[in-house]
Amino acid sequence: MIDNHLPILQILLPLVAAPLCLLLRHRVVVTALAIAVTWVTFAVSVALMATVLQQGPISYELGGWPPPWGIEYRVDILSAFVLVLVSGIGAVVATWSPASISVELPRYERHYLFYCAYLLCLTGLLGITITGDMFNVFVFLEISALSSYVLISMGQDRRALTAAYSYLIMGTLGATFILIGIGLLYIMTGTLNMADLALRLQDVADTRTVIVAFAFLIVGVSLKMALFPLHLWLPNAYAYAPSAVTAFLAATATKVAVYLLLRFFFTVFGYDFSFDRMQLWIVLMPLALIGILTASLVAVFQNNIKRMLAYSSVAQIGYMVLGISFASVSGLTGGVVHLFNHGLMKCTLFLAMGCIVYRCGSVHIDEMRGLGRRMPWTMAAFVAGGLSLIGVPMTVGFISKWFLVKAALEQGLWPVAGVILFSSLLAVVYIWRVIEVAYFEEPLAVDGQGPVREAPLSMLIPMWVLVAAIFYFGVTTELTAGIAQQAAASLLGVVP
Amino acid sequence: MSPSTAIYAAVALPLVGAALVVSLRRWPNLREAASLITGGALFGVVLSLLPHVQSGARPEAQVVEVMSGLWLAFKVEPLGMLFALVASGLWIVTTTYSIGYMRGQHEVDQTRFYAWFAIAISAAMGVAMAANLLTLFTFYELLTLSTYPLVTHHRTEKAMRAGRVYLGILLGTSIGFLLLAIIWTYYLAGTLDFRPGGILAGTADNWVIVVLLALFAFGTGKAALMPFHRWLPAAMVAPTPVSALLHAVAVVKAGVFSIMKIVVYIFGIELLHDTGLSIWLMYAAAFTIIAASLVALTKDNLKARLAYSTISQLSYIVLGAAMATSAGVLGGSMHIAMHAFGKITLFFCAGAIYVVAHKTDISDMRGIGRTMPITMTAFFIGALSIIGLPPMGGAWSKWFLALGALEAEKAIFVAVLMISSLLNVAYLMPIVARAFFVAPAEPAPGDDDFAGAPQGTVLGANGGSSIKEAPVFCLVALCATAAGCLALFFFADDLYQLLTPIVNP
Repeated sequence: MIDNHLPILQILLPLVAAPLCLLLRHRVVVTALAIAVTWVTFAVSVALMATVLQQGPISYELGGWPPPWGIEYRVDILSAFVLVLVSGIGAVVATWSPASISVELPRYERHYLFYCAYLLCLTGLLGITITGDMFNVFVFLEISALSSYVLISMGQDRRALTAAYSYLIMGTLGATFILIGIGLLYIMTGTLNMADLALRLQDVADTRTVIVAFAFLIVGVSLKMALFPLHLWLPNAYAYAPSAVTAFLAATATKVAVYLLLRFFFTVFGYDFSFDRMQLWIVLMPLALIGILTASLVAVFQNNIKRMLAYSSVAQIGYMVLGISFASVSGLTGGVVHLFNHGLMKCTLFLAMGCIVYRCGSVHIDEMRGLGRRMPWTMAAFVAGGLSLIGVPMTVGFISKWFLVKAALEQGLWPVAGVILFSSLLAVVYIWRVIEVAYFEEPLAVDGQGPVREAPLSMLIPMWVLVAAIFYFGVTTELTAGIAQQAAASLLGVVP
Repeated sequence: MSPSTAIYAAVALPLVGAALVVSLRRWPNLREAASLITGGALFGVVLSLLPHVQSGARPEAQVVEVMSGLWLAFKVEPLGMLFALVASGLWIVTTTYSIGYMRGQHEVDQTRFYAWFAIAISAAMGVAMAANLLTLFTFYELLTLSTYPLVTHHRTEKAMRAGRVYLGILLGTSIGFLLLAIIWTYYLAGTLDFRPGGILAGTADNWVIVVLLALFAFGTGKAALMPFHRWLPAAMVAPTPVSALLHAVAVVKAGVFSIMKIVVYIFGIELLHDTGLSIWLMYAAAFTIIAASLVALTKDNLKARLAYSTISQLSYIVLGAAMATSAGVLGGSMHIAMHAFGKITLFFCAGAIYVVAHKTDISDMRGIGRTMPITMTAFFIGALSIIGLPPMGGAWSKWFLALGALEAEKAIFVAVLMISSLLNVAYLMPIVARAFFVAPAEPAPGDDDFAGAPQGTVLGANGGSSIKEAPVFCLVALCATAAGCLALFFFADDLYQLLTPIVNP
């Protein structure tokens, strides 16, 4: 019985829990509720994944209205994969967060507001992924975006407010573009259901309206996923948001936007229209490559390490988009698996930053002197995440790079393979700057407080769960690359 | 113990050793005992594989399927057997030496030193026994990363800079070139397994083969082929046991071993021999041999001179591989063992001199043979082996390399080998001569202090009564490796028999 309603539970759980936080208000109760709900949500997504793997895509009719009239929730292998990532990261970060926000949100005595916004944001991101309805995508996009503006503006630094504001402007622009695109498609076809839309678009594919809608959707999605050069909102937002928020958003928000890119251009428009007729790769590939190189280069010169990691994220989005722009099974596999893998490693890195903020109050590179000895477990997690970002074998980053380089070589684009590998070396540079400072320099004397201590176990354990995942999925990839490959094949409409 | 268990044990034992070292950090004697016992156990395990390999078996162990069709897997063949034996055997000797050196020098953070050392050995075992390029690459990178804390052991500004060069070149070449070559190979051949006869024949145009060979040769930065050799002299900031085992044996040999293995089992000797596509690599290796020897001549710092000597000697092995003839490949493979014993002896001696006399520059080492006769005799033996004179093991590998050059109908490389031997004489023998035949430094005449200089010191030195040798742990180690150089001359046939199946599958 409950199995049939898993898709709606996925959304309903965090959605209902969010206002409950406001009602309960008691700090411990709210925290416990948020952690419990996120883990149950994660369990639901795992159950969905298991069901999809066994029985194929699930279609859920909201309120019993059959599509295309009613809203359809559709879970196929790709959306199940992204749901597992988003809900998993949501659960880990929620578990990690209590100690962190008690330090970073001193002005907000009411932590229940944080958890309310957090759960709403989670709801939005999961909703975008699970829905099979274009307008519903927009609704969830706004839910996740509005709550993330609130979350970012909770940062200690006053610059968090301007960062949230510029994200608000850019994010709203992106959402508006997407809405216009959806509207134009609706005018032409009279339907909002993705599967139905895909069928009906074939008759009107040559009209200028559809092409304009296509363009609006590209720009809107690119803004949301911070594809170079539309990434300007991202570095400040990540740098000044509370650490828990940064870790959560970095691993999920842009990934969900990449998911939308796949959904729109492979499922709705279809490979033939997007890549044969519209030659989408001509736009995506150069932007991805320039983004990879410039963002990696800029990251090398950042002294705020959260900001450095934020630029690195922009570069990593470039990898995903690059993989997608190949529009081959290997390329899409690389893009999709990197979406998952990068979520794991970037979340680990930002959690490590959060631990450092918790103990030192800042993640300026000068503050990190000697932390290798003072906070050995935190820095070890950082090194693990960093090695994965570089793409060292036995970490998830290696798996992603393997597929991307292979895809580039398959198409004879060996200079592109060169760029992928070269930017790995830039990652060595920016990761090693931190390692040198943390392990070679003498620790700073903190006046009057004694030496910096290791972060509490409540932070270390969730972080090390992710570290374990980085290595586990770096060695055996049946559950990541295997699933990504199936997803890629189904997006391209070929038999795996 | 079944062969596959032995393979797992060979990779896992050093890791267990590292864990033991860390857990015994409060009791230095127990900690060193743990290193030694692990070393002994590892060598025993590796040795237990030898009869299987000699009888023609190829013990295998498959760990996990990383990506579809790509396994993390081990398979022991003669070349890997040799490398594993050399690395694990010399680890015991080096640990013995380290005890004398690290304590004599009062080094800091010794626990960290022994722990990372053990992890590096585990990586070296993984490289030696890798069944495919993916596994090889994995452990190759692990070896780079696990030796980084050893290179930068002193945590000084200088160590940090050297560490940057070390990582920059080794990671840069391996990610930029080697990984690209590996994925390209996978794309062309559909497999990455090491197979007798190679996997690339008939899959690609000649120019692709040449490009791939270049990517492999330069991508294996650990082989220190010029111009990617700078990391090796930079790594000399490490404590001497690290330079001795890792930068004369495990790390650098992992590099040339990889090249040898790629030539034999990925390209296939026949492919390269028939097409002549590796001739340019012979010239590149010959250039490195000569150029590095010339640079070694100019170095006054003993460890720097030995480092450049290593660069030169490594290219012997690359040259042997590039010849793609059976004698060349055999000679190159034998040189892995021969050079290992010779060069580790020289480094042990350099470290012993530093511990006792705190001298690093050759010009200061006048007469040191009179106070440290055992050390300098061992140095002499090691130097002879590097030069390639009988009755030292190094003679055989040069013999086969020269034979290989003739087989490849490239007599010019015989000349290169001879010139190189002469250069070896020129940069190694003066050290020995200076140590034994030149009187120790005396205050210059006209020096203000000359009149007041204590007579007894000079007399004592000349009379040879003030023998001051290295710590006994160091002496035992360097005598053992010097004896090894000698023994390898007489047991070279066993080595030959072990390695022959590589070229005659």
